[in-house]
Formats: sequence, structure tokens, C-alpha cells
Amino acid sequence: MTPSAIALSVIFAIVVLGSALGFYAGARHKMDLEQWTVAGRGFGLVFVWLLMAGESYTTFSLLGASGWAYSQGGPALYILAYMLLLFVVSFYILPPIWEIARRYSLQTQADFFQQRYNSTSLAVAVALVGIVFIIPYLQLQLNGLGIIVEVASFEAIGRTPAMLIAFVLVASFVFMSGVRAVAWISVLKDLLLLFVVLTVGTAVSRIYFGGVGPTFTALLRARPSHLTMPGATVDHGHAWFISTVLLTSLGGYIWPHTMGSSFTAKSSDTLRRNAVIMPLYGVTLPLIFMVGFAGILIAPGLKNGDLSLLTIVRKTFSPLFLGIVGGAGALTAMVPAALLILTAATLFAKNVYRPLCAPDISDRQVARLARAMVLVIAVIALYFAIYSSSTLVALLLMGYAGITQLFPGVVFGLFSRRVSSMTVLSGLVVGVATAATLILGKHDPFLGLNAGFIGLCLNLLTVGVLNLTKVC
Amino acid sequence: MKISIRDPVARPSPGALLFGLIPFVSVCFSVAWWDRLYPVVLGLPFNLFWLILWMLLTPLCMWGAYRQEQTRSKRDHRSRNRA
Repeated sequence: MTPSAIALSVIFAIVVLGSALGFYAGARHKMDLEQWTVAGRGFGLVFVWLLMAGESYTTFSLLGASGWAYSQGGPALYILAYMLLLFVVSFYILPPIWEIARRYSLQTQADFFQQRYNSTSLAVAVALVGIVFIIPYLQLQLNGLGIIVEVASFEAIGRTPAMLIAFVLVASFVFMSGVRAVAWISVLKDLLLLFVVLTVGTAVSRIYFGGVGPTFTALLRARPSHLTMPGATVDHGHAWFISTVLLTSLGGYIWPHTMGSSFTAKSSDTLRRNAVIMPLYGVTLPLIFMVGFAGILIAPGLKNGDLSLLTIVRKTFSPLFLGIVGGAGALTAMVPAALLILTAATLFAKNVYRPLCAPDISDRQVARLARAMVLVIAVIALYFAIYSSSTLVALLLMGYAGITQLFPGVVFGLFSRRVSSMTVLSGLVVGVATAATLILGKHDPFLGLNAGFIGLCLNLLTVGVLNLTKVC
Repeated sequence: MKISIRDPVARPSPGALLFGLIPFVSVCFSVAWWDRLYPVVLGLPFNLFWLILWMLLTPLCMWGAYRQEQTRSKRDHRSRNRA
């Protein structure tokens, strides 16, 4: 067998094993809307932890983080900071969100806005913002999967067919199962990922430099400026770091799918305890960063930094191990992609189509429409995956710039009753418009600050002014 | 289904919020202080070492916050029972 055939068949075997596990878990339960979206609200500490870990540690952290460490250097450290602080934020907002979700049997994020603000236009707007900004996040997973197929095939499979394979894998996986499958497959994926990260991190540093310490000694001698901010960039300094960490950690649990996955918990105490222990899951992340940093010495000159980790693995290890890394990476992409598609499809069917077009359809019809929407949403993401050239980190930051604009609405919805739906809606529109204008006009960062953060500030300012003046 | 939530849920206690502020100050606002390469600690550049250190310290802070919330909910529970 050729090296590429070995690597690809190992990847394929892992993906099939993972999907079989998922289908098995899904098949044991009758799939109504409640079961499909929130798994009957019966997950305890371990399952919620797995589900949340499953969506926090994605292709983004494996390929994207090492990619930015390789191509941008120091600014990539924002990822370590935000992966800590988003759990701190979750400690305060998820338990009350869960409380309200259970009291009113809410299934989606837009349900929350509908219930709290009693405004269909706000709920529809929230659902649309959710769907639109899930697309770059979904595209990120497809791009990641495509990169894995591309590198593991030793470039025999080109970019477009690689993305098509990724798309077929993800869509069929979601179609057959629901959120329960996602939690189960996370077990396999997390174990594999842990093994991969530990092995790659320690072996790469030992083989090329003789250990972790000597790796950094070599880096400090060769490229010291790469390891601090702004690294290889000119405009990602400390102001950018603070604004980006704030934007992403506040928004981390405002994603429709992350907020929605808290609904699966058995109690609010589960969520609090989960928030306490979650930061520990990230202790292996610095190894991924080290591989990315070391890449500038081991495999210099890559045009696309997101390829760095896999290129180093391919250069260092046997095709068999490349296959295991690729398989773990493929599952890390498929699990969150499934959740993202599932959430976006349900949001569209339940919170956009039903209130606007067909208020009388039953839950069962909503579930059927949601299943059909899975394909539509996956195709849109596939289109962007094939035709865009953004880095994985840039895609996630784009998503955050939009999603975090929902943060004020969630927080005021939880802890205050003075803020009206029109006030929140105006803030949301101002925030999204600002972020979109700056990013599409290539003015990100703007004045050294993250564009999404500027949007969030104007969003809050709008809410504050309208609330004080009592205009609406 | 058209009832909006009249009572907002209980806000986090100030004590618990203070515990959560510690990691924010340590890894976000103070970046200009810790984003440097020396001293090298355990073979790691200082900025990387500092972030890893806080991965271990943050759960301790949040455990403190958890204790704060727990004592409060117990107190609320007791006063409700008495009433």
C-alpha cells in the first residue's frame, strides 16, 4: 500500500467507527423534537462535560491554533486566554439560562428571546443572526476536514473534492442521529485527541530539539519576536488581545449551539460544577501551540499555516500515525459540525419558518423541516468552504464578531426587566452592522481593536442610551 | 405560552463575581505585564508559563465562586422554610 492509501484508510476506519457509535446511540431512543435537540434534558455532569468539551475543542483548536502559532506567532495566545475565561463567564450565565429553559420548556436560543421579551420580531432576528454567523464556524470545520483529507492523501486529492468528501461525511452523520449521538462520539474523539496531542507534542520536541525546554531555547535564539505580541503581525498588539479576549470569552456561550447544549443538563448545579472543572481540559493546548511555534524551524515557508501541524506530523511519523492524527482531527471536525448544522436547521424551522410562514404546523412537521434544512445549510457552508481563503482562526473570529452581539440581550434578559425588546433589537442591529462593515471593508483590527468588540461597544451604548431616554 | 418572565432570575452574588474577576485580571487585562519571554520558567517562555499557570488556578477561583453561591442558596432555602 502507498503511504497515502494507509493514511486515508486509517482515517476512514476511525470515522466509520465513530459514526457507528453515534448511530447506535441515536437508534436506541425515539427521535422526537425534544429528544433530537435537547436529549430529553437528562444529561449529568459527565455527559454535559463531554458535550461541551466536544464543542469547545474543535478543528479550530487542533489545526487553527497551531496554524496561527505558526503564521502569526504571539497573538495566537489569545486562544489560551479565551478558552479559560469563557468558562468563567459560563458559570454566571448558564445556570439561570437553564433555569428559564426548563421552566418554559425552551429548545432553542431564539425561544429564550421569544419567552423573555415576548417579541417575535426580536426572536426571528436572533435566529437569523445565529444562523448567519454559524456558517463561518461550520465552514471552518469543513475546511479543517478538507485539509486533513488533502494532507493525508499527499495532495493526491485536491481541495474541492476534499471539501466534498468532508461535506458528505458531516451531512450523513447529522442526518442519521441527533444530539445524543454527538455526546457519545465525543468520548471517542476526546480520548483520541488527548493521545494525539500528547504524542505529537512530546515526540516532535524530542526528535527535533531534544525536549520541550530545548525547543523553546532554540526558538528564543532563532525567532524571539515571534513568541510575543504582535508576533508576525503589525496590528495584533495588546489592545487587540484584550478586545479579542473580551469579545470571544463573553460570546463563548452565546452561540446558539453552546447555549442550546446547556439545555441538555439535568440541573443548574451540573452546569456550575462543569464551569469549575472545564478550564483543566485545556492543559494540553499549549503542546499544540508549541508544535505550531516549532513549525517555523521544522517546516518553514508554508503558505497556509493551517497545514503546519499535519505537515509536521507527515514529515515526522509513519503514514499509520498520520492516519490516526487525521482520524482524530476528522472526528473533531465532524462532532461540532454536526451540532452546528443541527442547531442552525432547528433554528430555521422552529424560529424563522414557523412564526413567519406557517404558525399552525406541528412539532413533528417542524422536526421534519429541520431535517430537510440540514442539507441546505451544509451546502451553503460547502460553497464558502470551497471558495474562501480565510485562515481557520479568522473564520471563527468572524463568527464571534456577529454572535457576541447577542450577549447584551441575553444578559439583560436574565437579570433585568427594564430593557425592552426594541432596545435590544436596535443594539443588535447597530452591533452587527458595525462589525460587518469593518470586517468586510478590511478594517479589522480598527484602531488596534477587534472589529467585533467595537460593534459590541456600540451595541451596548445603543442599549444604554435608548434605555435611559425611554424612546422604545 | 405568551407569559413573559416577570421575575428575573437571581443575580450572581458579589462575592462570586469577585472570584470570577480574578482570572479576567490575570490573563486578560494584565497582558502588557506578562507578555514577555523572560524569566524562562520550567523551560517555557514567561507568557506561555503564565497562561498555563492560570489554567490550573482558574478552577480554584471558580471553586471559590461555587462555594459562595452554595452558601447563599442554602441561606435562601433556610429563610424560605422559616417563612
